Amino acid sequence: MLKKIFGFGKEEEVKEQEVNEEQEETTKEKPGLFKRLKDGLSKTREGFVSQIQNLFSLYSSIDDELYEDLEEILIQADVGVHTTMKLVDQLKTEVKERKIKEPEELIEIFQKQLCQLLSQDVEQVEESDQPTILMVVGVNGVGKTTTIGKIAQRAKNAEKDVLLAAGDTFRAAAIDQLTAWSNRVGTEVIAHQEGADSAAVAYDAVQAAKSRATDLLIVDTAGRLHTQANLMEELKKIKRVIVREAEGIKVEVLLVLDATTGQNAISQAKLFNQEVDVDGIALTKLDGTAKGGVVIAIMDELGIPIKLIGVGEDLEDLQDFEPETFINALFEQ
Amino acid sequence: MIFEGLAEKLQSTFDKLKGKGKLSSKDVKTALREVKLALLEADVNFKVVKNLINKIEERAVGQEVLDSLTPAQQVIKIVNEELTDLMGGTQSKINFGAKSPTVIMVVGLQGAGKTTTVGKLAKRFRKKGKDPLLVAADIYRPAAIKQLQVLGERIEQPVFSMGDKQNPVDIAKAAISNAKSNGNDIVIIDTAGRLHIDEDLMNELEDIKGAVTPHEILLVVDSMTGQDAVNVAENFDQKLGIDGVVLTKLDGDARGGAALSISSVTGRPIKFVGMGEKLDALEPFHPDRMASRILGMGDVLSLIEKAEEQIDAEKAKELEEKLRKEEFTLEDFLDQMNQVRNMGSLEEILNMIPGVGKQLKGLNMDEGQLDRIEAIISSMTIEERRNPEIINGSRRRRIANGSGTTVQDVNQLLKQFKQTKQMMKQMGDLQKGNMGGLKGKMKFPFF
Repeated sequence: MLKKIFGFGKEEEVKEQEVNEEQEETTKEKPGLFKRLKDGLSKTREGFVSQIQNLFSLYSSIDDELYEDLEEILIQADVGVHTTMKLVDQLKTEVKERKIKEPEELIEIFQKQLCQLLSQDVEQVEESDQPTILMVVGVNGVGKTTTIGKIAQRAKNAEKDVLLAAGDTFRAAAIDQLTAWSNRVGTEVIAHQEGADSAAVAYDAVQAAKSRATDLLIVDTAGRLHTQANLMEELKKIKRVIVREAEGIKVEVLLVLDATTGQNAISQAKLFNQEVDVDGIALTKLDGTAKGGVVIAIMDELGIPIKLIGVGEDLEDLQDFEPETFINALFEQ
Repeated sequence: MIFEGLAEKLQSTFDKLKGKGKLSSKDVKTALREVKLALLEADVNFKVVKNLINKIEERAVGQEVLDSLTPAQQVIKIVNEELTDLMGGTQSKINFGAKSPTVIMVVGLQGAGKTTTVGKLAKRFRKKGKDPLLVAADIYRPAAIKQLQVLGERIEQPVFSMGDKQNPVDIAKAAISNAKSNGNDIVIIDTAGRLHIDEDLMNELEDIKGAVTPHEILLVVDSMTGQDAVNVAENFDQKLGIDGVVLTKLDGDARGGAALSISSVTGRPIKFVGMGEKLDALEPFHPDRMASRILGMGDVLSLIEKAEEQIDAEKAKELEEKLRKEEFTLEDFLDQMNQVRNMGSLEEILNMIPGVGKQLKGLNMDEGQLDRIEAIISSMTIEERRNPEIINGSRRRRIANGSGTTVQDVNQLLKQFKQTKQMMKQMGDLQKGNMGGLKGKMKFPFF
């Protein structure tokens, strides 16, 4: 069993073994499980501390060069010049006040600072004991539809009734994409024709969710650049319709951000938040080399919590955001 | 608005310099520090910025700059030249094969906009009289094939697909023979999006490349990409040897530092930029013009080209005739307006005019107003359009009702039309030889 969980050998080898129905389940989940375990192991608290400290073990004292290196790492992780300067200045002040001499100590303080900034109490939609309508927004190509598929899976795993609404009526085949996900997960979809009014889709979906007493309704929306005023108006209208029809059911807005995005993500978060009040962020595509450091700036400037991170293409690869793991990854080279 | 923030920052930095008669090397260094921060905020890669600033500094603190009468402008000129240089210098075009069909392979990360770019490229080729075949080789993303098929239908070009059960390499090979037998002169292969660390998918791309030997491998990159852009580009380039880059989503407010980073690190040119969701929103990339835009110098050349593309020469001649005879009607007005609208959004057009971009920051152009004008004119009778003088009070009310506007709106439009007519007459007079007076008043951004 252990062998299987840790994924020694290829999938085919495991498949060759005689497996009953239950074990088959485990096999399917294997890559994700193995990956998550591996990720988890390398990113425990100890790992988190040592990795950064290793990076700064070359320094015998705290000097300008150390600060510059720190700045460089942060900027290269997309934290942004502004936030980087601010964080490093704060660090400098604290080091001075507390008369800290050892680079190791400095790094520890810095981690704590970042951790504090990023730690927020969040409740995942599938953990909620009251019905929820989740509206998913974001610019084009960040992975909204995929994220919806994965959230639906998480909710299914938590034994919730899930309904999807194909609110992206603009992009070619977006409805098909969401339908494909719903088939995979095993949920129903409320959809209209391509080109239909997405507020109308949302309306129908909320009605359906109410009459079926669905635990979680997830409304997909078309990707739009946050600078397109007309499309942002449309989004506002969709939210208005949802909130009005929800009649007291909790409505949440999830903004999906792509981890490879640079400083523009701040602008995205600002404008989406301004128009539809974003409750949380899902940061996707973190399994590449991108660090997604811009969410630190977003947290700092706008205080929108990061709820979920996407670390792969499989259904199980949407995880809870953990500040320590995330910060550790920032310093990985 | 692309590069807007950067342009603003650079401009304010250099405005400070402009106030000084002579520059010390310290002045230049202070200014360059701001340039550096601005570039970093624009997501230009850290290492690229370092190199660029060193280069500029080397040139800018030289004696010829400091001793010149206009040191600030000299520095701007150097920054401009270095930016242009960094982005590849001159415009680069698609490589066409000696033998038909030319094979273009489109690769990139997930969500960069590959499939849309394939559609846009095909539309562009079609416009130039080519007959491209679109190939759906992304068998992984749910509904990716369908998306390409829908795009194919919209632009009326064939899409080759073998479903999602076949190997992409086989699909690509079969597509080429299909193109040969059907006489398609270009084959555009849409590949699956990937995270570049994904070895399996990367190998698949190499296999496709090996099987069909494309004439052109285009890497599609989201212009909003941050510091990671160079890793992405380097990785694809090392594995596949890319020939060019298409930068997408430039119609947002991304400052597009990725453009600078990628060209600088890979040495591969950016060939096209995606400027919107419509299928004709793909434009050739001009490094020199982009650099001008970064510096807030406007992009008049692109504007003129856009106008040439959209405005029918025949119609323009007709219009000129009408203007001369003062027969310009509301129908022509509507026609004219639609032609301008075809060039892009008002905001986009105004941004290309030197100095305008900065003033218009935060101003929301009301495209809806243009819709209202169209509705009003459409609600008039032909007689009324040709001869607006006959539009009296009751006609105004009818038009307002018919177009869902108010009488005030109709009044305003009629007034505007009258003014336009007058303005056109004056312009006509100008063309007859009054240019001399104007030239002195025009202010050029430099020298």
